[in-house]
Amino acid sequence: MSVLKHPKIDKLEQSVSSEIKQQFSQEELFSIAPFDEAETERTGAGSYSYWRSTLRAFRRNKIAMFLLIMLVVIVLFTFIQPHLPGQFDPNAASFEVTATGQSKPLKNSPPDSVHWMGTNAIGQDLWARLWAGTRNSLFIGVMVALIEALVGIVMGVLWGYVRKLDFLFTEIYNVLDNIPTTIVLILISFIMRPAMSTLIFAMSVTGWIGMARFVRNQVLIIRDRDYNVASRCLGTSTWRIIVKNLLPYLVSVIMLRMALSIPGAIGSEVFITYIGLGLPADIPSLGKLITEGRKLLASPSKRYQLIYPTVILSIVTVSFYMIGNAFSDAADPKNHL
Amino acid sequence: MASYLVKRFLRSFITLIIILSIVFILVRQMPIDGYFQNFEKLNEAQIQNGLHEMGLDRPVFVQLFDFFKNLVLHGDLGTSRIYRAGVPVAEILAPKIPISVRLGTLSLLVSLLLGLPMGLVMAKYKGKFLDHLGTAIIVLIEAVPAAVYYLFLQFYGTTALGIGMTMFSEADLHNPVYWILPVLSMSLGNMTYYAMWLRRYMVDESMKDYVTLARIKGASETRIMFLHVFKNAFVPMVQYIPTSFLNTVIGSIYVESLYSIPGMGGLLVDVVKRQDNNMVQAIVLLFATVGIIGLLLGDLLMVFMDPRISLTKKGGDR
Repeated sequence: MSVLKHPKIDKLEQSVSSEIKQQFSQEELFSIAPFDEAETERTGAGSYSYWRSTLRAFRRNKIAMFLLIMLVVIVLFTFIQPHLPGQFDPNAASFEVTATGQSKPLKNSPPDSVHWMGTNAIGQDLWARLWAGTRNSLFIGVMVALIEALVGIVMGVLWGYVRKLDFLFTEIYNVLDNIPTTIVLILISFIMRPAMSTLIFAMSVTGWIGMARFVRNQVLIIRDRDYNVASRCLGTSTWRIIVKNLLPYLVSVIMLRMALSIPGAIGSEVFITYIGLGLPADIPSLGKLITEGRKLLASPSKRYQLIYPTVILSIVTVSFYMIGNAFSDAADPKNHL
Repeated sequence: MASYLVKRFLRSFITLIIILSIVFILVRQMPIDGYFQNFEKLNEAQIQNGLHEMGLDRPVFVQLFDFFKNLVLHGDLGTSRIYRAGVPVAEILAPKIPISVRLGTLSLLVSLLLGLPMGLVMAKYKGKFLDHLGTAIIVLIEAVPAAVYYLFLQFYGTTALGIGMTMFSEADLHNPVYWILPVLSMSLGNMTYYAMWLRRYMVDESMKDYVTLARIKGASETRIMFLHVFKNAFVPMVQYIPTSFLNTVIGSIYVESLYSIPGMGGLLVDVVKRQDNNMVQAIVLLFATVGIIGLLLGDLLMVFMDPRISLTKKGGDR
């Protein structure tokens, strides 16, 4: 749901952009280079590597490293959890045998040694649901981020490279940028059948536009650079120029945007589920757990059903956000030397 | 400047028409069974008949043309289909608009009043405790989905204030105590936004030469911060004030339905689910208009604040 641009994205975009723009002045280009003895003795390039410097700067940020490790552990655990011994099916209700010998669903049972986080209002095991939900929510977030990046890059490159399309794309941008995204989100999730793919589509349908705009601006700058013109003259394909000469500059911004759109998508899922347009009943998600837990907020003994999913959700979103921020500082070429 | 204004208005107008058309076509794609209360029991002829009565059997573009014709010629938005059957949409929305506008304006004001000082303090004490505290608050509000912290704010806030969870009666609507939590919820997102951007612009500005000159001149740090840095850093901020109207619109959809505030945001969710097409269309028209006027005002305000910026030269590129 991020309509508004984040300062970190803006800052990194500006740094990267000025790095791309940086070139020699006319006087420098056309002056005779003096003979420098030291230069003739120099061998090879300097030891500077953009990604090595970025990695070094990122590693120095202890909090970000801690969160990154925690996030990796959480993601791994969501996959390992169903294979551990003694786990329940997240959708199956548990039953108890009452005094009269009848079997009835184990409703709202508090945490114990069998159900580690208790059961919900229809007797499903919350521990299993929590991890299945985390897995699904993360999947939605990652897919949305990937689609946004992919569509944004393709559209942005087309927009910047094909001159005839520029006017059309700019107009499309002006329109799409003005539509409140939540309205589109609500309409699409209502019109299409409730499913994971519906949610992912509805969330990514407007999100790519910011990425496309950034890519387009950089393509415009870089497209007619002397080295690219020379490269084209030598017969290099457009594809190769884009992949080899352009995209490497943009990787850091693309990664930052992705890191920030994952928590955004996870949050949107909670919102869409709250208004009743979320995933089908048999797919647990963090949004569903929170919406179910919210109904029990008033009774203190059952509040744990809201607290657990909220804690996991917050850990996940805060981690992505903080890692994204730390990464943007580390990847900023201005901070490197 | 005048010719730019005309062009800009025209562009906003066209944008609005396109948005309305897109939403109109989207709304017409809704599942047919939603239009009937007992869809399973109806036979094919009855369904066709019902669709015909609602005017939904005609091609989408004919419907679209009719919609614009009625809107332009008579200012008519149609009647509600099911929310309050037969009542003109304009009549239903009229009492709700002031409520949403009040909520939006109040929360925007609160977010400015909280966000700007926060950004200012963070920039002034950059790298010190207050800056880190501010960053922590921003991270929490930005990273934890609003959908989650609104719930806790609602629950613990209403308990602390000793009021009901939602606004039910007309009397509650006039009681300022009931407005505190919705306004606060909606302003938090924009507050962090202003704080983040102001801090960033102020830090950028304070690196500039004129600040060093002012310092050499012997101006006090407070004077430099307020008179020089803040003044310059605030200019680019102005363009976000109207943009955050869009944010407010989005916030209002959730907050209004959370607190059952009888405004437009809560209504939108309701009428989308009941497939009351004319109502959806009218609310989207209002929201989109607010958004577009907001963006337009943002550009104009910026020119007004800083005479160095010329929109005509930039060719209308935001």
